[in-house]
Amino acid sequence: MRLRGTRRRTAASMLALVTAGALSLAGCGSSSDNTSDSAGGGASASAGPCGTTKPTTLTVGLYGTFGFKENGLWDAYKKVCPNITIKEDDVEQSADYWTKLKTRLASGSGLDDVQGIEIGFVGDVLANHADQFVNWQTVPNAAADKAEFYPWKWNMATTADGKDTVGLGTDTGPQSICYRADLFKQAGLPTDTATLTKDFSTWDGLLNLGKQYEASKTKPEGSSFIDSVNSIFNAAVYQGTEAYDDDSGQPDVANSDGVKNAWKIATEAAQDKISAGLAQWGPDWNKAFSSGTFAALACPTWMMGYIQGQAGDAGSGKWAVSPVMPGGASNWGGSWLGVPKASKNQPAAIALVEWLSNKGNQVTMWTSPSQGGHWPSNSQAAADPSVSGATSTYFSGDPIGQIYSKIANQMKIPPIGQYDTQIQSDINTQLTNVETKGTSPSSAWSAALNAIKQVTG
Amino acid sequence: MVTITAEPAAGEEISRRRPRRPRARSRGSRIAYVYILPFFVVFAAFSVYPWLDTAWVSLHDVRLSTYDQQTWVGLANYRNLLTNSFFWNAFRNTVTIGIISAVPQLCIALGIAHLLNHKLRGRTFFRVALLMPYATSLAAATVIFIELFDPRTGLIDWALHALHLPRVDWQGSKWPAQFAISSIVMWRWTGYNALIFLAGLQAVDQELYAAAAVDGAGKWAQFRHVTLPGLRPTIIFAIVVSTIGSAQLFGEPLLYSPQHLPDGGTQGQYQTLGLLMYQQGWANDRLGLASATAWTMFVIILLAVLVNLLIARRRQRRA
Repeated sequence: MRLRGTRRRTAASMLALVTAGALSLAGCGSSSDNTSDSAGGGASASAGPCGTTKPTTLTVGLYGTFGFKENGLWDAYKKVCPNITIKEDDVEQSADYWTKLKTRLASGSGLDDVQGIEIGFVGDVLANHADQFVNWQTVPNAAADKAEFYPWKWNMATTADGKDTVGLGTDTGPQSICYRADLFKQAGLPTDTATLTKDFSTWDGLLNLGKQYEASKTKPEGSSFIDSVNSIFNAAVYQGTEAYDDDSGQPDVANSDGVKNAWKIATEAAQDKISAGLAQWGPDWNKAFSSGTFAALACPTWMMGYIQGQAGDAGSGKWAVSPVMPGGASNWGGSWLGVPKASKNQPAAIALVEWLSNKGNQVTMWTSPSQGGHWPSNSQAAADPSVSGATSTYFSGDPIGQIYSKIANQMKIPPIGQYDTQIQSDINTQLTNVETKGTSPSSAWSAALNAIKQVTG
Repeated sequence: MVTITAEPAAGEEISRRRPRRPRARSRGSRIAYVYILPFFVVFAAFSVYPWLDTAWVSLHDVRLSTYDQQTWVGLANYRNLLTNSFFWNAFRNTVTIGIISAVPQLCIALGIAHLLNHKLRGRTFFRVALLMPYATSLAAATVIFIELFDPRTGLIDWALHALHLPRVDWQGSKWPAQFAISSIVMWRWTGYNALIFLAGLQAVDQELYAAAAVDGAGKWAQFRHVTLPGLRPTIIFAIVVSTIGSAQLFGEPLLYSPQHLPDGGTQGQYQTLGLLMYQQGWANDRLGLASATAWTMFVIILLAVLVNLLIARRRQRRA
């Protein structure tokens, strides 16, 4: 059967098109209406400490390992608020999580009652979506909430005009160096606190230890000093007055003192050949935690959790934490919890987030036996003797509480921006080329700037 | 539906022996529209609308995070793309990976089809076996190939080492990496194409082979003068489909990257246009630029298919 008459065919396809168009428009329209409706909800103090007395299910969108479930906080909350059921909505990689969250924020639908916000994209949330999250400066407990946190942690989640705070802090990432004490000993490197305090106090000192390790005849065959020069770069970049952005949060990579200095140290490390050249977060890197392909890496507190996850029980007692951080105290990473205004259970969600970030629970997150290195962002929790007095058998009995609290108290925090994650990833790619392919630092640098321009536009 | 609506009319026409009147067919035609409507509704919603929307977005500066704030920039995204070294690198990679994978793939498929067309013991087994790679999940296949090509622990470098040949960096060096990815494509699609060719072969009149044999044509001459001309439409189909597939190559290079990043290796050594588009849209957040890449890819595919068809038609005329 042949169809003649193009006019009719055109009409039919036009009809189909218009129908489809109308359907999709209707879809978008209704969802954004919902957002603005529920925004007026607000928290009511009369509903008690759980935000509501009705049976309620709260969905919590998280990435990676926040550790609330692992450290028993969900079970504990069930006792505090028996009417609240918590459902985690997990995505493994924070980058995938962020893409998903962005899509949901753009469409205004599908958001969880509580959403994790990572330091890598809090800049974007502040610049573009602050109005979609509950402002923690206007919740009933605002003043008490604010008083709990390190001021820089609170400010990092606050818009440039200072009027809107999108999340309450969970963990932060004061950094040191984690190293394999057994491999250090085998290679004849010092492992006593006094010598390491001196040797690890500067990046030059670290590079010298690296050269010593590489020159050692007794180190295990195929083992390198550090995992990747990116480990050095990603740690050192936050030691400048600027990292990737200027004060107004605009990308300023080419002029940043942090980037320049970190690039210099990292490329020096590449030329000294003290690195295993493994792609961080790649499968080979993961395997190397147990195989001993490298002996040290930059170690924000959360990395201690990652090490234990990768190296397992067999690594217990082999790892240790440097008493000081080369080049000065700095922070890498950390997260917040925000409540989207689209949430239909705002008061309950606000109550949950306040409970999770309170002193007692942040202390639990750091001191619990299955802890994943969640250093408190609640400054009262950080000052608690059980936090600063913590030691770790996994990390050779080192006084990790004392080491990290000293670093946390001295940290300088450079401004953050919208594209930090992508910028860091582009720079890391080029540093990998320098260390594994012998690309010259200058051509790698221009390649990095070129790639960053693709992101910033 | 054809029989129900068209047959009485046809019978009527035959009895009256006069040309069909358009009006007599219109009732049946209208019902036919109703029958095909579901397809076109879906087609409009999931193909036409995204096409048009992508075209619209490609003329704007849009980020995923601020999707509702679109700034009209005219053709700036296309200008950016055509003067962009990342685009041309991805374009070249797409062409070279396409050639390295499609040409051997189609030749091997043709050979296999030719062999399987003979009476062979266990023919059904071989035919089913051919389709197995196609039925295997892309992710599973790629994981196996990554293990094979692993520069530290892979079987292939182990074999090279055993044969006292230099080790090859299948990840970091451009041509080895492109070859490794092409081998995944070849492995997956050769069997599928062989089956398509086999179906085409079975439509070739067996008497032509007998006649050719009588004329003294050997196996090779039969292949060249009977099989190939008989298969021409099938071959054109396979080439067109492979061209489209190559131009859209995405999953294999994405999964081949150790961290599954869309940058196609640390120097973009195997970044295809599909990966670049994904990187622009989802990693770099620039939906306008990614949309421009999508439309440029569409035009490139159209041009490539047109060139294929022109060459085919010209050869046909000459033959």
